[in-house]
Amino acid sequence: MSFHPRMDYGRGHHQSARAVPEIGPPFVYTAEHRAALEEICARYPPEERKSAILAALYLAQKQQGYLTQNAMAHVAEAIRCTPADVEDVVSFYTMFYTRPVGKRVIQVCRTLSCALLGAERVTAALSTALGLKTGETDAAREFTLLEVECLGACDRAPVVAVNDAWHECQSPDAIRALVDGLRSVGESSLTGCHLRIEGSGPARASGPDPLTGESAGPSGPARASGPDPLTGESAGPSGPARASGPDPQTSGRPR
Amino acid sequence: MTDLFLTKHVREPNGFTLDFYTKTGGYGALKKALGMTPDQVIDAVKRSGLRGRGGAGFPTGLKWQFIDKKSLKPRYICCNADESEPGTFKDHLLMERNPHLMFEGCLIGCYAIGSHTAYIYIRGEFYHVQEVLEAELAKARAAGFIGKNILGTGFDCEIHLHRGAGAYEAGEETALIESLEGKRAQPRLKPPFPASHGLYGCPTAVNNVETLCNVPLIIEHGAEWFAKIGPDKNGGPKLYCVSGHVKNPGVFEAAMDVTLKDLIFDETFGGGILGGHALKCVIPGGSSVPVLLPHEIDIPASFDAIAKAGSLLGSAGIIVMDETTCMVWAAQNLLHFYKHESCGKCTPCREGCDWLYRLLTKIESGAGQMKDLELLLSIGDNILGKTLCAFGDAAATPVLSTIKLFRAEYEAHIREGRCTVPAPWRSSAPALAAH
Repeated sequence: MSFHPRMDYGRGHHQSARAVPEIGPPFVYTAEHRAALEEICARYPPEERKSAILAALYLAQKQQGYLTQNAMAHVAEAIRCTPADVEDVVSFYTMFYTRPVGKRVIQVCRTLSCALLGAERVTAALSTALGLKTGETDAAREFTLLEVECLGACDRAPVVAVNDAWHECQSPDAIRALVDGLRSVGESSLTGCHLRIEGSGPARASGPDPLTGESAGPSGPARASGPDPLTGESAGPSGPARASGPDPQTSGRPR
Repeated sequence: MTDLFLTKHVREPNGFTLDFYTKTGGYGALKKALGMTPDQVIDAVKRSGLRGRGGAGFPTGLKWQFIDKKSLKPRYICCNADESEPGTFKDHLLMERNPHLMFEGCLIGCYAIGSHTAYIYIRGEFYHVQEVLEAELAKARAAGFIGKNILGTGFDCEIHLHRGAGAYEAGEETALIESLEGKRAQPRLKPPFPASHGLYGCPTAVNNVETLCNVPLIIEHGAEWFAKIGPDKNGGPKLYCVSGHVKNPGVFEAAMDVTLKDLIFDETFGGGILGGHALKCVIPGGSSVPVLLPHEIDIPASFDAIAKAGSLLGSAGIIVMDETTCMVWAAQNLLHFYKHESCGKCTPCREGCDWLYRLLTKIESGAGQMKDLELLLSIGDNILGKTLCAFGDAAATPVLSTIKLFRAEYEAHIREGRCTVPAPWRSSAPALAAH
């Protein structure tokens, strides 16, 4: 019989959500990825190959979708460090996945500027449309829904990122169109970055010229008065822009 | 309307391309700088009074002068493009729309401190920006602006991109260096400072994107011209990011004598509060700085004037909140961010952020007790100034400053056992149930 009080580790203490990554199938870089890695390693002094570790992990994740122990061991070999060094890095950075994720990882920005314009409701609408809670992946591994911290596009809030592509000025009402667009057309249905400040930026090179008729503000037309570059764009089933869409401020306002 | 220098061409078609940039006089400052001695370049930047645009406002010329010249090791410039401060998106626009200005700034910086390599540490989420940068970098290299024997002057300089992987802390200069070395983005104990022991233990200058973008302007137009823009000791064009409850959010370029009030209410800037509501408060410099009240914002948006008013210009990320915003909720939202992003190196910050978040959640959900307020203040006080980097101060600030200014709101939450400012745009709002 111990004199120590029984500690309830299950309730009162931190339970880390982190699990040991699975071992996974054998992993070797494709020749193409191996060559890409060597090219990136050449950017750093020869004795500092470890600097390329993030790039090496991105390549492994691109190849397999997520990182397993086998993948990390192979990255360690390629970078010439220990597997512990690799796992140290993987467990720190949020953009590496150690569990399988969907083909499209939908990330909703939840930090203040987006939250002030209704990001919570965008997440709720996505959760309903996909039938997923945040952090979950569907059975077909098509979608994963995540909430992320500030994406750095606060003037086009709320922002949603799908893998590496961006979708801006969202509202709960636009979510159905977003999900349908992703299912039918894919990532080309997204608005891309800098919606409405767009000149002929690479992300929207094929779109109509949104500059015509824009007021010459220092950076971008007024949100309320500017023309909507999405109008008339065939590949844009993706939701109303601010000017025409329901104002997230006023829709659902009780008074 | 003041003249635009940093964002003059950001909205023109193909304004980001090398062709456009060279046609509008681009890389002229590089040519001019290479005709000067490195010390003359540093002297010009010093005389211009350029202050770092990343948050701390440290004079750039001094930073470059501190670089250890006696060291036999190579030197480096790290361009800090890990823009992650909530409410800040100026570097995002600069990189996507005016990448060559940043490259030119990197090259001039390298020449000034005697470096031959610059690394641009870009945050992982900006992949679309990175693609633009890679393509333009290749073009600039092919045109002889980057690489060996630049413009036939014998100066060699390489610029590389380095993609981060989602860590706010990597924006801190020593954490950025750690991350570049392939480790966790955790800050180092200073001193030694990066000026003597930085990347790979070599002398290193870490500069923000916007800071480096100002350097070609100084070389081109002269230090005196630069210093004359805006108020004394706060010279040069500045980018302001306005977001939150404003009609016209965006990045705006202005001299630092523009007032915070104008940035929020003027038609050429923020355009006023959305939906005809009243202003409740403003965070003037990214989420890490103290909140200002409506009667405090009729001041120049300069480093010194905002510091005098009790806040900081920081990264110039101006977050505007209207009267429907619950300040307990706002603090809780930000502490979720800081709890998530704390790198875990220093105990006060790692444990403290989590405790602050839990207490705020308790109060916001209606289960708070009056003694929790004192506990919040005590935890905040035990984080402030007790960590290796400024993250700890940044995390405690939203809590301490909102309790100071909106204590009655916290007390009302506790007394009534619920959120007393239920904003309609929140998911907990009654209207959503029918949605």
